[in-house]
Amino acid sequence: MTQLEMARVVALQGDEAVAEAVRQCDVDVVAAYPITPQTIIVEKLAEFVAAGRFGGEFIPVESEHSALSACLGASATGARVFTATSSQGLAYMHEMLYNASGMRMPVVMAVANRALSAPLVLNADHGDMMGSRDSGWIQVYAENVEEIYDRTIQLFRLSEDPRVMLPSAINFEGFILSHDKERVRLINDETVRRFVGRPAPKHRLDPKEPLTFGAIANPDNYYEFRMQQAEAMRHALTVFDETESEFEALSGRRYGAVDAYNTDDADKVAVVNGCAAGTMRAAARGMNSGGERVGVLAIKLYRPFPTGEVASHLRRAKSVVTMDRSMSLGAPSGPIAEDVKSTLRGAGMNQPVTSLVYGIGGRDLSVEDGRKILSLNGKEASPDDTSVMYGVKE
Amino acid sequence: MYDLVKGLKELPTEEPLSPGHRLCPGCGASIVVRQVLLAAPKDTVIVNATGCLEVSTALYGFSAWNRPWIHSAFENAAAVASGIEAGFKALGRRGEAEEHPIVVFGGDGGTYDIGFQALSGAIERGHKFLYVCYDNEAYMNTGIQRSGGTPRGAWTTTTQVGSAQSGKPEARKDLVSIVVAHRVPYAATASVSHWRDLMNKVRKALSMDGPTFLHVMAPCTRGWRFDPSKTIRMSRLAVETRFFPLYEVEGGVYRITVPVLSPKPVEEYLKLQGRYSHLFLPQHAPQLMALRRDVEDDYRRLEKLAKLTGQLYASTREVASPQA
Repeated sequence: MTQLEMARVVALQGDEAVAEAVRQCDVDVVAAYPITPQTIIVEKLAEFVAAGRFGGEFIPVESEHSALSACLGASATGARVFTATSSQGLAYMHEMLYNASGMRMPVVMAVANRALSAPLVLNADHGDMMGSRDSGWIQVYAENVEEIYDRTIQLFRLSEDPRVMLPSAINFEGFILSHDKERVRLINDETVRRFVGRPAPKHRLDPKEPLTFGAIANPDNYYEFRMQQAEAMRHALTVFDETESEFEALSGRRYGAVDAYNTDDADKVAVVNGCAAGTMRAAARGMNSGGERVGVLAIKLYRPFPTGEVASHLRRAKSVVTMDRSMSLGAPSGPIAEDVKSTLRGAGMNQPVTSLVYGIGGRDLSVEDGRKILSLNGKEASPDDTSVMYGVKE
Repeated sequence: MYDLVKGLKELPTEEPLSPGHRLCPGCGASIVVRQVLLAAPKDTVIVNATGCLEVSTALYGFSAWNRPWIHSAFENAAAVASGIEAGFKALGRRGEAEEHPIVVFGGDGGTYDIGFQALSGAIERGHKFLYVCYDNEAYMNTGIQRSGGTPRGAWTTTTQVGSAQSGKPEARKDLVSIVVAHRVPYAATASVSHWRDLMNKVRKALSMDGPTFLHVMAPCTRGWRFDPSKTIRMSRLAVETRFFPLYEVEGGVYRITVPVLSPKPVEEYLKLQGRYSHLFLPQHAPQLMALRRDVEDDYRRLEKLAKLTGQLYASTREVASPQA
């Protein structure tokens, strides 16, 4: 990176990093509602507004449902839009998640992942976003603050790409990442602005060409609308890769759709997303130095699921342990386990997969826990409970 | 400032809502839309809540709308409108778009009930748009279920008539008062039978800098049970019996725009509608009395508000006047 492109190195909380990225990306409309642990994003943006450092419109809406509704309306004018939420707020938006993706509005949203009520809890798990898994949003999980910053910038490019035109969510665990202060190498405003460009949607609300947005469909058309979204999701895989390459050229930073640690040389691989990936890599590194053949595959891009890359990185593993930070109650196993199993079977691979649930409602995961998880022999799951409920009290 | 509509001849001949849509013959909503949009500028952008109007005018592959039009959900029309307003503003500063008038159409369900929070939030925040509630007094799209706008005594499929009940037990919400409590610059009621009054209220509303509200009665031939040829007559009777008074509230000042000095008996209006037929049976007479009282009380209150606010604000407020 040149001197010009590298603005400065600062210490930022995860939420602050999002707000900084949003400011730099020339966002036209932000509509958001406060919810812990996302609130810092809204507050920070409001600070930028007051200081005249944010050139867009800030709508402090009366609910998350209206936050996404306002984003949808603004997006239909051709504006670049952003919102942020968490947990109950995401659940409250649920209906509009499908409208945003179905109407092909490239909204970018930050989700400080937090477990869902009841009982009410403020801490992290992925249950909120996993509950919206099938809503047609591109979903990315970050594991540190700089990655949150980088991904927020990248997602505007990805979502607004004419081949994609889908909304996207940058996910990071509440408090663990939203409130954690870390070193971030900021890119300067001008470089970010150049990278994201301006949105240029083919269709917008314009009296010169009066179009009808959000028509009602009958059974003879609805299916095809969904198919077009599915196709856009497939394109998103390619565009994600292109976007990362361009971003790498100006920042020197690249994360990939997946991050593979020692998977080529491992008998056992843990598949994980979010901030536990770092913990697992630390555990694996320690075990590797003791001669144990273990690896970690971090899923960065969760939707669209990078099936090909996941299959190729797991090809050599003799066994796999999947780690879900959410519970799919009544299901055979968690969402990541399901995705990994179907990926493996689809690729003709038959190694045993241990499905493991951890970290629910903010329960901590240590490096020692990581070691234990990488040492599971695959026989821990009881016959009537197909997932290992790691860390739950007896 | 705005131009008054004086006669039919000055109205545009271009139809904002094309014929061929799927609304029922005699539907009040389509007449509301036509009158509102004939009074609004041609570059108006329309937001529509889910409902009869939306499903009947925008079936994929066909659209009756000769205006930019957007729908996404039932309860969020006002929120969508606030986003559009913000989008135009932000893009306007960049020179990437122009600002355009925004008109929202929501039914009584989408306004009184499920969309009320979004409406309240948006008008409190002061976004500039005209929200038009076309009120057919029940959830007609799903098959005549009661809403917060259904009058007392009305039969609906969820407020039935029987030995234990005389139609809807509760009075309707006073929607305009609630909107006025948000201190909007302009709110008014209107009826398609008084088209000039309606259109001038639209012109006036769109001349204001901020959120404005128009509550328009939209008779529903299916739900109210009357002959489709009687829509305008029904609208007129509602005004003439004081069942639906026509007034406006500008900067807190109430003004009755069509004073009804000697009202017709409210029964004249009710008798034409199947949904009230039970009220004329002896066992449901108390409900008829209660409904009549609602109508009388509301009008008396309105007259007092007009007098009181007129005196209160007359000296301190400058009322925007049309170009004569």
